[in-house]
Amino acid sequence: MSGLQADVLLAGAASRGRALALTAPISFWGGVDPKTALIADARHPEYGQNISGRILLVPETVGSSSAAAILLELVHAGRAPAAIVLHQPDAILLLGLIVAKEMGWNTPIALRLDRDRFAELHGRDVQVSEFGLLSSDLERH
Amino acid sequence: MGLDLTSDERAIAAGERGVGAAMAMRIVAETARLMGATRLIPIESAHIDGALYHGDSGTLFAERLVGGGATVSVRATLNVGAVDLTGCSRNRLPAHELDMAKRMMTAYRALGCEPTWTCAPYQAGHRPRLGAQVAWGESNAVVFCNSVLGARTNRYGDFLDIACAISGRAPDYGLHRTENRRATVVFDVSQLDPAFLSSAVAWPVLGNLYGRMIGDAIGVITGLSFRPWEDILKAFGATAASAGAVGLFHVAGATPEAPDEATACGHIPPAERIVVTPALIADARRRLSTAERADRIDAVAIGSPHLSLEEFDSLRSLLKGRTLAVPIYACTGRHVLNILERDHQRQQLESLGVVIVADTCVVVTPILPEKPGAILMTNSGKFAHYAPANTGYSVLYGSMEECVESAVTGVPVFAGPS
Repeated sequence: MSGLQADVLLAGAASRGRALALTAPISFWGGVDPKTALIADARHPEYGQNISGRILLVPETVGSSSAAAILLELVHAGRAPAAIVLHQPDAILLLGLIVAKEMGWNTPIALRLDRDRFAELHGRDVQVSEFGLLSSDLERH
Repeated sequence: MGLDLTSDERAIAAGERGVGAAMAMRIVAETARLMGATRLIPIESAHIDGALYHGDSGTLFAERLVGGGATVSVRATLNVGAVDLTGCSRNRLPAHELDMAKRMMTAYRALGCEPTWTCAPYQAGHRPRLGAQVAWGESNAVVFCNSVLGARTNRYGDFLDIACAISGRAPDYGLHRTENRRATVVFDVSQLDPAFLSSAVAWPVLGNLYGRMIGDAIGVITGLSFRPWEDILKAFGATAASAGAVGLFHVAGATPEAPDEATACGHIPPAERIVVTPALIADARRRLSTAERADRIDAVAIGSPHLSLEEFDSLRSLLKGRTLAVPIYACTGRHVLNILERDHQRQQLESLGVVIVADTCVVVTPILPEKPGAILMTNSGKFAHYAPANTGYSVLYGSMEECVESAVTGVPVFAGPS
């Protein structure tokens, strides 16, 4: 087992999923389809990937201030990532989770981790503890 | 150092003024904690971008606030919704979406927001004073509010904007604080032709270049030999904020926090100096168009940000009473529509083929007819940015005059070398 300790930005339940490390900044509004959870920006390197149920590693967010609305929509539809890991806190995006929690909906945990560590997690089955410990079974891959 | 709430704020968050007010206060406080703010500050007004429908969850959120008895505690104007409630234009939203979008607009009214439904609230009588702390949403409104009015706001997005308006508070960080408002980049336009700079068509082009080169840093524009008027600063800011995460710019000698370059930079040498060349301008201008070899256009869209009365005056004088071959979609707010109707101008414009769109605009809701391969001409850098993805139309960028001539003939007409 290898373990990485991330900071908890917003509390949430422990979860598990396959890590998807984005390799370019993303704008949720216009960049993620709220109905399908697919990355919808044709110019994005991870175009067509499904973020639902994934440990989503986001190096940088850009674009519209409606990102939170898209994330809330994903949570409401049960299609949110299993955890969201950001290089730096982003109020515009994470508001989607803050509001989801107020609405009493099941919200994923949000963490902060240096983006230099994203590549080693990509593609692995990653377990996230409620305290922000990311662990994966290296032997499985 | 953590977030320190006052006893009042803690009491409200705990429900002293109802569950809606509590929810709003907790959302503001949680955001403050997330962003490392140590306190909340009182705000004087808000501009709410959250009433634009993106999905049912946003409607449910607004209705939860209404059900919890929340109302805004400061003046709050509303940005565009997804539906033209004036009936000037029609959209093609499916029945369920149309219903949820209308419910959302109704909920925001019930929270006490003013039904301005415009992305140019600063031309609809909502102009915070220099130095006022406010919470504004909508990227162009934010940048105008910070830059041209000198009021102080971060880029507020969905949910936080209304939460701030209800609680009357905002997290104290970012552009609310003096030390974060100084320019670190100089954007020198002195090498450009003064005749070009004093034309309206120059400013979306400059805005596109500025937004891409400067992003979320703060720049000061220098080298202008005249004082830019309000509608061109509006066009510049809107384009800059769609091309990059621009929240505040200064213009030396023109905007309130920039009597000169040194003051705008806080008397600290700038980290970077960009000298804008004609070649950079030509490249930015090309980027505003996506249509290649257009031999016809299908529609013209103007009014992002929403048209002012002065812009309608200019439209009317360019039209000279001619009937259009393709429609001009002219987006505006009720503050202008009411005057157009009073003066019987709405009917005159519509009889020529102008489609007035109020309360909303053509890139946020499906108003333009579905038409594969269609070409939209616009004088708006913001429409030029969003139209291809949001409407499926490819775009041609031109001046207002070129847009009008093209709409009259149905083919792209350009005045000179572009």
